[in-house]
Amino acid sequence: MKSSDVILQTTSKIVFFVILLFAIHLFFEGHYRPGGGFVGGLVTAGAIVLFLLAFDIKTVSILLPFDYKWVTAIGLLISILTAAGSIVFNVPFFTHTYDHFHLPLIGETSLHTAALFDLGVYLVVVGVTMTIIQTIGESE
Amino acid sequence: MSLLHIAILSPFIFAIFIPFFYKGFKSIHTGWFTLILPIVLFLYFLQFLPKVGGGSSVIETISWIPSLNIDFTVKVDGLSLLFALLITGIGSLVTLYSIYYLSKEKEQLNTFYVYLLLFMGAMLGVVLSDNLIVLYTFWEFTSFSSFFLIGYWFDREKSRYGAQKSMLITVFGGLSLLGGIILLYIMTGTFRISEMLANVDAIVNHALFIPAMIFILLGAFTKSAQFPFHIWLPDAMEAPTPVSAYLHSATMVKAGIYLVARVSPIFALDQSGLWIWLVGGIGIITLFWGSFNAIKQTDLKAILAFSTISQLGLIMSLLGVGAAALHYDYLDDNIFMVAIIAAVFHLINHATFKGSLFMVVGIIDHETGTRDIRRLGGLMQIMPITFTIAFIGAFSMAGIPPFNGFLSKEMFFTGMVRVLQMDIFHLETLGFLFPLIAWVASVFTFVYSMIVVWKTFAGKYQPDKLSKKAHEAPLGMLISPVILVSLVIIFGLFPNLLSDTIIAPAAQSIMPQFIFDDIHISHWHGWKSPELYMTIGVIVIGALLYLTAAKWKRVYRLFPEKLTFNKLYDALLPSLETGSNLFIRSHMTGFLRSYLAYIFIFFIGILGYTIWSKDAFTINRANTAEIGIYEIVLALLIVIGCVTIIFAKSRLTSIIALGAVGYTVSLFFVIFRAPDLALTQLVIETISVALFLLAFYHLPKKFRHEESRRFKLNNALISIAVGVIVALIAISSYSTKLFDSISKYYVEHTYDPAGGENMVNVILVDFRGFDTLFEISVLSIAGLGIYGLIKLRMTRRKEG
Amino acid sequence: MEILMAIIIGILFASATYLFLSKSILRIIVASGLLSHGAHLLILTMGGLKQGAVPLVNKEGIPVTDPLPQALILTAIVISFGVTALFLVLAYRAYQELGTDNMDQLRGTEGND
Repeated sequence: MKSSDVILQTTSKIVFFVILLFAIHLFFEGHYRPGGGFVGGLVTAGAIVLFLLAFDIKTVSILLPFDYKWVTAIGLLISILTAAGSIVFNVPFFTHTYDHFHLPLIGETSLHTAALFDLGVYLVVVGVTMTIIQTIGESE
Repeated sequence: MSLLHIAILSPFIFAIFIPFFYKGFKSIHTGWFTLILPIVLFLYFLQFLPKVGGGSSVIETISWIPSLNIDFTVKVDGLSLLFALLITGIGSLVTLYSIYYLSKEKEQLNTFYVYLLLFMGAMLGVVLSDNLIVLYTFWEFTSFSSFFLIGYWFDREKSRYGAQKSMLITVFGGLSLLGGIILLYIMTGTFRISEMLANVDAIVNHALFIPAMIFILLGAFTKSAQFPFHIWLPDAMEAPTPVSAYLHSATMVKAGIYLVARVSPIFALDQSGLWIWLVGGIGIITLFWGSFNAIKQTDLKAILAFSTISQLGLIMSLLGVGAAALHYDYLDDNIFMVAIIAAVFHLINHATFKGSLFMVVGIIDHETGTRDIRRLGGLMQIMPITFTIAFIGAFSMAGIPPFNGFLSKEMFFTGMVRVLQMDIFHLETLGFLFPLIAWVASVFTFVYSMIVVWKTFAGKYQPDKLSKKAHEAPLGMLISPVILVSLVIIFGLFPNLLSDTIIAPAAQSIMPQFIFDDIHISHWHGWKSPELYMTIGVIVIGALLYLTAAKWKRVYRLFPEKLTFNKLYDALLPSLETGSNLFIRSHMTGFLRSYLAYIFIFFIGILGYTIWSKDAFTINRANTAEIGIYEIVLALLIVIGCVTIIFAKSRLTSIIALGAVGYTVSLFFVIFRAPDLALTQLVIETISVALFLLAFYHLPKKFRHEESRRFKLNNALISIAVGVIVALIAISSYSTKLFDSISKYYVEHTYDPAGGENMVNVILVDFRGFDTLFEISVLSIAGLGIYGLIKLRMTRRKEG
Repeated sequence: MEILMAIIIGILFASATYLFLSKSILRIIVASGLLSHGAHLLILTMGGLKQGAVPLVNKEGIPVTDPLPQALILTAIVISFGVTALFLVLAYRAYQELGTDNMDQLRGTEGND
């Protein structure tokens, strides 16, 4: 899929970051508004797919040098560790907790272990989607 | 978990380490490592001897599946202990013997000892479990570990045949045993034997009593190679000789005996006499048939196989006849009790002399290269020690003094002669058959015992017919049989060493209704005893028959080969295979479409029937949402999409139509107040279309194949029916609300304590986090699967 | 509305079944996509439609629609995406190795296994 569409390539560079920002927004919104790890991950994957359409697979793998299998594995690990972490505090598996913190720059905010679990979901979704697309795209 | 449980499970645990030892210490024979366990276990079980002396028992329980009344209860009483000692004692000797029998260079020792240990553990489990389900589990374990042992030389056609045969027959019996156990459970509500004994009366008068008895006996008879299920045992002789010595003399075949003895306290009370006639009758027929057939064999191991069948029949018949004792009142001096004592005593004796004989045959096979008595002969001078062992073992088997076989054979005669004094269950008319057949079978026993010794060791030495130059066996190989024959002599001279220590407790567990103490086994019963003349008759007639064997052996030709049970088995097996093959082929066509059609037709049938029979279809229009113009447009879009896909000729059209349906569904989600779903569906649909397009690069251009009109019509009928059923379910499930929605909890707790506002997301990551965790696991697996499907082939191509 | 949805679900299931029974492997994959759409709408319809506001916590206490079916469907959507992708790759590999996408020729009987 060699392409040299200049307009598409230029716009996609900008649009990619817009979509990525939207994805991150969706991810963090998840707990309060529609959104979350699933949608966030899928939108991120969509952004990368757009990149793939504009450039070819080799260029994208140089631009985004991730091994998506690792992304999947790390995501799964984060989710399981978040769930298992509660055992350390002698509460049942999968007990979440949250609290309000005052963070510099951001201000008063609540931090939630559920968000950590959702981060795992996000990474798995991105990882799996991209693994699938990349392997199919690479195979000749 | 008590020490007893550990003792039963230790062979299984030990078996795990065998392969590592085999790999790690190539220079040491794996048998030495294995040997430790049976010896330790034997010593461990020895210390129970004083504990079970007075008929008491040791019970340990750990719960396994308490909801089903299944606990791993271990009970050590006289009978269990006797068997446990046999299993570990003979097990030690056999392991020692196998070290010299199996060469460490040529054989796969790791698998052999793993199987052997599995078998040992399973046997211990059978004899020590008090819970019948646990017993059954171990019982099946013995079946398949013996399958592996018999088929140990799996490259031989005959080994595989023998292994399969024993497996099929014993597993058939095992299933029947399970049936019997379940019937017993229905009658008593417990799986524990000791609890069943507590309410024997309820069982005896129950309608299921006779079926349960027959089922359990089927299990016991198949395992103990009783007529007509004996056919597997001669074929099982393809196993390495240590295995035969272990499984087919001392342990596995005696599991059936154990079972009969174990359930005797329940079933011997049978008021119809069926138990006595079945156990005693089948036993005595087996005794006769086995000994009669042993004579015509030419393979030493085959002779021993038939001899084992016959001896098992002997013990079985004693258990059957002994059951009559319960039907007489005089409890302390009941003359029929002797049969039970004889059974226990002969069980021990048989293990000693038959074990040693099997080992002798193994030595002969090992040192001369053949087991065929037509090629053997004159080995007396070459293998003097082996000859001595064989002589003692065979003479004990023949029932000649002063060996232990003589004592138990005499007691056997006593038991059988006393049948003449019984006046119940038609024994007064037909009972004479028992001593008669017993005596005739003993004559045959004498004859084949002589054949084993003299045809092998006397006569002319024929070195040209042997593949190896015969010489005496190495010392290590002789140790185990020497120990066994020393026991033959010791038990023969001092039988009362055993009587109070183990025979009495064991007999006590078989017949807890009686008191077995002060058992005295004597060699001499006086000039007037019929046993004396029976023994003399056996020796005289037996010797005559042995000497004139060549003349009367023609008798065997009277039995046509075609009518044997073996032929029946051989004929039944292929027809069973072809029959089931035909049956499977008739509906398992290999077409995915057929299978899907079955699934859909069943779906329609079952759900349609349920809706109709339960009158489940209801429409409740009270609470439905109103229909707007948007919804109608969207519905039409979906319908158009579906129709387009069905009639589309190009794949691109169909994918675009599928995408359209997907986007419409996400619009529905918007209307139905599900923003999360709408978002996800939108993005997924986009990525899916990209994925389809990517995959199209590799896929055929054609979207459909030629299909006949009939094919389409059938499919259309099935699919319309599925659609209607699902629509009916959708309407009814909305209209009937049997329960309140469980989501009320989620709605109320989203903000406090879960700390979120988007209920769907909170459910996903918090309330039902497990679902999500498994979901992302599945997703990862799918991703890895795709990666593997594509990448692995590439590396293979590169290598190729 | 629910009855209209039930009919749409029925149509989705019927078309999916029809496609499942056809010979082309690609049609079977499309069928699985349609079937999952049908199943999602079925779950949603079972829980009742438009019974309240969007399932977000609101201070006014307005009743919301049942969030549980939505959570279940969200899981199902993502899973069905994974399954579809796996099917696609399976079909394409089978086509590559065996040279056909006709289910009648992809019989798993003796000789082929």
